[in-house]
Amino acid sequence: MKHVDEFRDPALGQAALARIAALVPQAQRALGRKSVAEGGAPIKIMEVCGGHTHTIFRYGIEGMLPDDLELVHGPGCPVCVLPIGRVDAAIELARRPGVVFCTFGDAMRVPGSDASLLQAKAQGADVRTVYSPADALTLARELPGREVIFFGLGFETTAPSTALVVTEAALTGVTNFSVFSNHITIIPTLQALLDSPGLSIDGFVGPGHVTMVIGMPPYDLVAQRYGKPMVIAGFEPLDLLQSVAMVLEQLVAGVARVENQYARVVREGGNARAQAAIDDVFELRESFEWRGLGEVPSSGLRLRERYAAFDAERRYGLVARRVADPKACQCGEVLKGALQPWECKVFGTACTPETPIGSCMVSSEGACAAYYNYGRLSTVRRIPRTPAKEPAA
Amino acid sequence: MCLGIPGKIVAIEDEQRQLGVIDVGGVRRQASLILVREPGQPLDQLVGEWVLVHVGFAMSRIDEQEAARTLELIREMGELMELDRAGQVEPR
Ligand code: SF4
Repeated sequence: MKHVDEFRDPALGQAALARIAALVPQAQRALGRKSVAEGGAPIKIMEVCGGHTHTIFRYGIEGMLPDDLELVHGPGCPVCVLPIGRVDAAIELARRPGVVFCTFGDAMRVPGSDASLLQAKAQGADVRTVYSPADALTLARELPGREVIFFGLGFETTAPSTALVVTEAALTGVTNFSVFSNHITIIPTLQALLDSPGLSIDGFVGPGHVTMVIGMPPYDLVAQRYGKPMVIAGFEPLDLLQSVAMVLEQLVAGVARVENQYARVVREGGNARAQAAIDDVFELRESFEWRGLGEVPSSGLRLRERYAAFDAERRYGLVARRVADPKACQCGEVLKGALQPWECKVFGTACTPETPIGSCMVSSEGACAAYYNYGRLSTVRRIPRTPAKEPAA
Repeated sequence: MCLGIPGKIVAIEDEQRQLGVIDVGGVRRQASLILVREPGQPLDQLVGEWVLVHVGFAMSRIDEQEAARTLELIREMGELMELDRAGQVEPR
């Protein structure tokens, strides 16, 4: 397939890997660190986006990297960061008589307090999987006697689509359609992460598809205020390898810049029409709860007053509830990159993709599920390297 | 959910609703072109363009020249390594 296969070319992959292997010791020296063999710490690069986590595991990239380089999997999987309270609210909506609740497939298995959407469906709720928010609107037109609710999930990549569907519903006078918005924004999240104490990340691989919407300038603060290199990356294996090499080049040169590896898709200013669509329909919430990260100021999007009729929260008078994460689950630490998934006590035993305890085990973009599905080998290789944290009492 | 896929616009399906038909690896899908159309641009002009499709919306045009340039840069990484090896300066 064009624009895909070229970026999976194994020979070019070898070239990029060789370059990475050469750059890592240089970067260690530039950072004034000893190598891992000499008792030093590895260089840590975080991929913020769950799509990248997926690519890394699908192609076994971790296992090909030098020992002195560690990839840390960040919080960029919108399904994984959905707090239990919001999942419960979604299920409550889905169980209302007359409601057809539409969701992306990824969110079906996310555990709430006592059920997932999939279980609610098995118990009789009308929950349907859609590929696009536009499908939910079509359904609303086809089922005038029912109330169709779309579960709005995702970063700035999906927010424009939800926004456009809401505007279309408003323009065409559809009255049985609403959105339960859990859309989130990337920059406040990155900032919360960079401000979290004890974070030891040397550089970032940034989310290509969010950036094709918001553009490059919003990331300036990562480089300027926090002094970390950031490379916006595409999603094929070569994209990732090249981006990692670009972060390392910056570390070697002792600079911190925002660079664009994914220039075939990402324009400097992003997509102005998509930005306008978001801005027309959504406004920032003062604060939004994230699984694992807690409340993050200005990180969530809700519908503006003028679209109140399409806002499921207002329409059904939902009250925000906070529900504590299950005790055994260490998703929060995993999402912050403080813990590797296999270091969680229930990883692969009580918690598997079939019986997830935390949401990181649910989506194929979640770090725990990615490790479980693809990561067995690299896990074995990695266990002796980072000593597991003392289990929290 | 966040995985976008490249596809080629092969037809316009509904001028008014700005819907196109996109070929994604041999499978034809309907997608909105509203976000990739320049203001005032006739929709037909988009036929033949490669775009990144995400949840039923074409989100960005794929720039063929940039795609080629990226691959070129990766190729150069390989050549750089060859040079290093030839000059025996490969860092440990
Ligand atoms: S393995 Fe399961 S319980 Fe542990 S952090 Fe991951 S999702 Fe949470």
